[in-house]
Parts: sequence; structure tokens; C-alpha cells
Amino acid sequence: MEHDLETFRAETRVWLEANCPPEMRDSAQGEDTICWGGKNWAFTSEAQKTWLDRMAAKGWTVPTWPQEYGGADLNRAQDKILTEELQDMGARLPLQSFGIWMLGPALLHFGTHEQKLQYLPPIARGEIRWCQGYSEPGAGSDLASVQTRAEIDGDMYVVNGQKVWTSYADKADWIFALVRTDREAPKHKGISFVLIDMTTPGVTTRPIRLISGQSPFCETFFDNVRTPRAQRVGEENRGWDVAKYLLNHEREMISGGGQGLLGGRPLGAVLSEISDDLDPTIRAEATACEIDTLAMAMTLDRYKDQAETTEIGDASAMLKYAGTELNKRRYELMMKAKGADALAWEDGEAEGWLRTKANSIEGGTSEVMLSIISRRVLGLPG
Amino acid sequence: MSLLPTDDEVMLADAARGFLDAAAPIGHLRGLRDSGTTHDPALWTEICTMGWAGVLVPEAQGGSDMGHAAAGVLAREMGKTLVSSPFLSTAVIAATALRKVADYRAQEALGRIARGEVTYAIAVDEGPKHAPEATELHAKPDGNGFRLTGTKRFVVDAGFADRALVLARTGAGMTLFDLPLDRDGMTLASKSMIDARDAGDLYLDGVIATGDDILGQVDDGMTVLTPALQAGQAALAAEMIGLAAGAFAKTVGYLQDRKQFGVPIGAFQSLQHRAAHLWSETEITLSAILNAGRILDNGEDATLAVSLAKARASKTAELAVQEGVQMHGGIGMTDAHDIGFFMKRARVAAEWLGDYSYHAEIVARLRGF
Repeated sequence: MEHDLETFRAETRVWLEANCPPEMRDSAQGEDTICWGGKNWAFTSEAQKTWLDRMAAKGWTVPTWPQEYGGADLNRAQDKILTEELQDMGARLPLQSFGIWMLGPALLHFGTHEQKLQYLPPIARGEIRWCQGYSEPGAGSDLASVQTRAEIDGDMYVVNGQKVWTSYADKADWIFALVRTDREAPKHKGISFVLIDMTTPGVTTRPIRLISGQSPFCETFFDNVRTPRAQRVGEENRGWDVAKYLLNHEREMISGGGQGLLGGRPLGAVLSEISDDLDPTIRAEATACEIDTLAMAMTLDRYKDQAETTEIGDASAMLKYAGTELNKRRYELMMKAKGADALAWEDGEAEGWLRTKANSIEGGTSEVMLSIISRRVLGLPG
Repeated sequence: MSLLPTDDEVMLADAARGFLDAAAPIGHLRGLRDSGTTHDPALWTEICTMGWAGVLVPEAQGGSDMGHAAAGVLAREMGKTLVSSPFLSTAVIAATALRKVADYRAQEALGRIARGEVTYAIAVDEGPKHAPEATELHAKPDGNGFRLTGTKRFVVDAGFADRALVLARTGAGMTLFDLPLDRDGMTLASKSMIDARDAGDLYLDGVIATGDDILGQVDDGMTVLTPALQAGQAALAAEMIGLAAGAFAKTVGYLQDRKQFGVPIGAFQSLQHRAAHLWSETEITLSAILNAGRILDNGEDATLAVSLAKARASKTAELAVQEGVQMHGGIGMTDAHDIGFFMKRARVAAEWLGDYSYHAEIVARLRGF
């Protein structure tokens, strides 16, 4: 076993050395270096496209997915090694997407074989970009009260309503959405999980300008949108099960921010580049933050190992809560360390700092996470 | 490297829990406190019979040699019910120090630890804070040996231990002595510690030592002591996460049972969220503690891993006992309730072998601050 893994590591290193274009080895982490894929994706360089194509062909954009759906069937130990080797050479991820983080795991669990064959390989190859249609103006923390309705018309649904905070909806090819298919049933029991092509007539999006000045989030409107019932994942009116399962994966993904941030570099190293004379109070706060970050990284690792044999389930709320609060602390410290040099938009710090404020809101607020932990993990009443 | 418990570790924890629930529930510590003693030799004998005293002793010397992660499993289980025993000072710190010394005397001493024939106290600190490098107690050359003079404070387990590891300043560095506590010139002033455990001040007035009493090399005692302290810090952190878990279980139980305004107080969101936050902190700290055990067993430099574990453990245990007493309300302030024992042990354990600030500073330096 150990021997096999060492062989795998050696082979992986050789392959990555031979196939990762030099331009993709710059340890870049910023938003503008991410490859999101999709029909409308404009590659920022030939190297970005080459890197994606080669990794996709190898199954390494989604290493742990089954081969027939575009993955490489790697086990957790191999996946860890691949990640370590990529980090060691400073390689960018070839592809990041909501398809990989959220829809993929849900489809693998709830989708039919046909659905998996249809939707997963294009995600793995970066050909289709997905967005998430969950929140509505009246359904934020109380997500199960979604009102967007899908009425049955033969083999079709007719969808009407509005979604909000649909990240990158204006750039996405498809949306996975929670819609109400039974208005009489209790709120959790009348929801279905449907996949909708964004080019379907009646779908419109409008970007929302955020405090960061950016508009990654959108409003998405459905006006008599006709979409096949066959594009529903899971049973009709049982979409909440799919929604929750997906949310747990989303939460794990968001919680990773504290670890992957800044290329995994120590906060102290980052701060001393920003300021050569670190204020003692900031240094003390940063030390506490670094201690918590290291322990959090170990916790994420432990939970991922655990997930190999047991679903993490509701405990993912803890990862989401702790990881996002930590991420906010890190960015606050970077702002404080830089002082007045970080207050202008052109200084380049403020956008990222403001973006982190959404971390503890999106995918379930910190307060919702604490309620989930207290009721479902600790068994407190309510 | 995975932090998940191995099958052996799961079995060890289960066996330890079963034994301790019968032999040393929290009432055991209360009983010792009420009778004015700090040590139960019968309990220690039972613990030694279980093989725990030899957890870090090589099999050749009669130990079980299970390693640091296993020592952490045992310390954690003992922490859950605040078990008072010389496990950390003797089975972890002294055993690790002796193991670093390859000579025949050290091997024999390891065998005696494993068989439960000897207990150790740790005489390192001299001030209110952990600071081995600030040692002033000196060992002056005298004939073929040394004479030790000075004062050690917060000497854990000295009230009943047979021997002590004593750190002393010598000509060009520091030297670690392994001395019987009844040697001429030694005086112990035991203190009634808040956690009902044993500690006191040790006065050395011209105590005679020979080369046979030295662990490792003259002037190079830290080579032996540093890994021993690290093993102790990791195991103490494990005890503290056990303590936090023990206090937390009591607190959550109380939130479910105690009714006010006609409902269990655990139905109030303000308390739910604080309990959930506390649970999150204990889970994150547990990872740091498991990691320290693994790194020590791998034989890698464990400085960062150990300080991370002790720093997090000190903070989390503090939070667990603060929330524990507060959420118990008035009853939590009474001596009749056990939650106060957790608070007092957490305060002592946070100081022993380096507090949060001490270990945070080590992390800061190693991470480039």
C-alpha cells in the first residue's frame, strides 16, 4: 500500500513535470487566475487551455470521480498526493467550478446513470459552467420556503419566480435550482431539484453590484420557462434531500478558504511582506489567527479522511462556520497590517477583504450553522 | 498521515474509559481532596497493572511501547474524569527523558517505571511562568561531582514521588539531574493546589550529586529534557482536551435537563449558539492534539506541532470551563457540583509546561513572524 502510493507519487510528479505548462506554475491564487470553464469561457492564455485539456484527459480535474464520468477513480490517499504535488510545483488548479464542488457530488449521489453520463463529463472537461439557484428574496436563511414554482405540463415543468445571489449566473450555461412543485405540502416536502438550460426562453439575469464594487452575484428571473421534467434530480417533491446533501458539500468547499488562502503561506510571512514593522497587537492577533488556521487545516483534513468511510453530514456546518469566520479574521488582519496603504481601491486589498464578508453568509449563515450544530449534532431541543 | 484513530487506538480508548469509569470517576478526585491527600497509590498500582506506566517504555525494558499518540489517548481519557495520577510526570516526561539516554542505568530506570516501582517529579521551573532557559539553580563542581543549590517551583508530583528530574545551570550550559527526593539537602514545601493535585516548591541546599546522577551530558541537559518536555506538553494538551470534553458533556447535559420559563434552557438560542461554538472549538483543538501525537511518533521535529496543541488546548479548556460554570448558573458555583473541579484543573494545566503565550510565541517564531 505505502509502496504503491510512493510509486503513484513518483509517476504523478513525472507526468505533471511533463504536462503542466510553465506559465501555470506561478502559485497564483487570485480570482483573475481561475479557470471557470463553460461555453463562453475566454481562455486567458494558450497555456490555460492546454493545462485544462491535458488534466481533463487524465481525469484529474475531478480526480476522485469514476472514470466513466470524467474522473480518474483516485482514492483519498492518491487524491491527497496529487494535491500535494500540484502545490509543490506551484501549479494552478486547471479548473474550478460549482459543477465540480456542488452539482457533481449531488448528481453522483442522487442522479440516474443517464443523468450522470449526460452532465458529469462536460463538467469534468470544463465545457459547461453551472450556477446555483437556491436563495430567493423571501427565502434566505429560511431556504425551504422557496416560492419559485414549477407547474407540471405533461413532460414539462413551467417555471416562474425569482432567484437571488446566483453567483456568476450571467456567465453560466446551466442552473441547478430549487423549485416548488407542491404548494399544499409542508414546505420541506414540496420542493424539487431541477436542472435548467440558461438559454431557455424566459430566463434572464441581472448582476448585483456588491460592496466590493464587483458583481459576481446576480438575480435570476424565470418567466414561463419550459424545461423537461426528466431534468429533475431525485424524486419529485423530494428535492430538499438533494438540496441538503449539496449544501453539505458547498459548506465543506467554502470552509476550505482559511487553508488554501494565500497559497497556504503562513500569515506571518504575508504580513511581514506587507509591513516591515508589525505592531505588537496585530502580531499577537495574527499569531492567534495562525494557530487557529493551522488547527483548522488539520481539522479539514481529518474530516475529509473521515468522509472516506462515513458521511460528514451536519458536522460540515462546523467546518463552514469555523473556516469562514477564520477567513474573515485573516483578511481583517491584512487590512490592519497595511493600514492606510490598503484603503484605496487601487491598492488591491479591499476587494478581497470585502468579498470575505460574504463567506459567513453564503451557503448558510454562521448563525444557521450554529443552530444546525446545536440541534442536529448536540441534540439540543428546538 | 491520517489523524483518524487506528483500531488499536479505539480499543485502547474504550478499555481506558471502562476502567476509569469504575476506578476513577470524578468522585475519586473529590474523595482525595476531602481526605487531604493528592495521590492514591492503589489507583496508580492498578494503572501500572494495565501497562499504562510503560506506554513509552521499550518492550526490552518491560514496557508496552505504544507511543505518544497512545499516551495521548490515555491522557485524554484520564482528563475526562480529572484522574489524579503521576502518569504525565513519570510515564511520559521521565520515561521520554530516560529513553534519550542510552546507558544501562537509564534502561534499568525505564524498567522500574514500567513495573510501577518508581515515580518522578519534574523540577524545571523557578518562577511563576514556564521558562527552562531562565534556570538559576546551579550545580557547582565539587570533588568528583556537584553541589546543587537553588529553588524549584511548581514541582508537580513532588509530594509523593520517589525521584525528581532537576534542571541545573552548570559551567557552560544546563545539566539534567535524576535525583532521589530524599537526598540530604532537599526540602519540599507542598502547596494545597486549587486543582487538588500535587505540587510544591523544592529547595536544594548544597545537594550532592555525582556523574551517575546526570542524564545525558554535562552542560547539554536540554538535549534530553526538550523532547521530554514536548512529550509532556503533548500529553498534557491531550488531558486538557479530555477535560474540555468532560466539562462540555456535563454542560450539554445540564442544558437539556434544567428547566426555566417552562422549557429546557438548551432551547434558548443564545445558549445553543454558545454551546455549538464551544463544540466547534473542541473539534478543531482535537485535531491539533492528534497531530502532535502522530508527529512525535514519526520522530519528526515536533516543536511546532506540540506548541500548537498546547496553545489551542489551553484556550479551548479555558473556554469550556468558563462556559461550563456560566451555563450551570448558581449550582456551578457550589463545591457540591463537579464542574468547578474542571475549572480549577484547567487553570493549573494551562500554566504547567508553558501557557498559551509561551507556546503561541514559539508558533509565531516558527511561522516567520
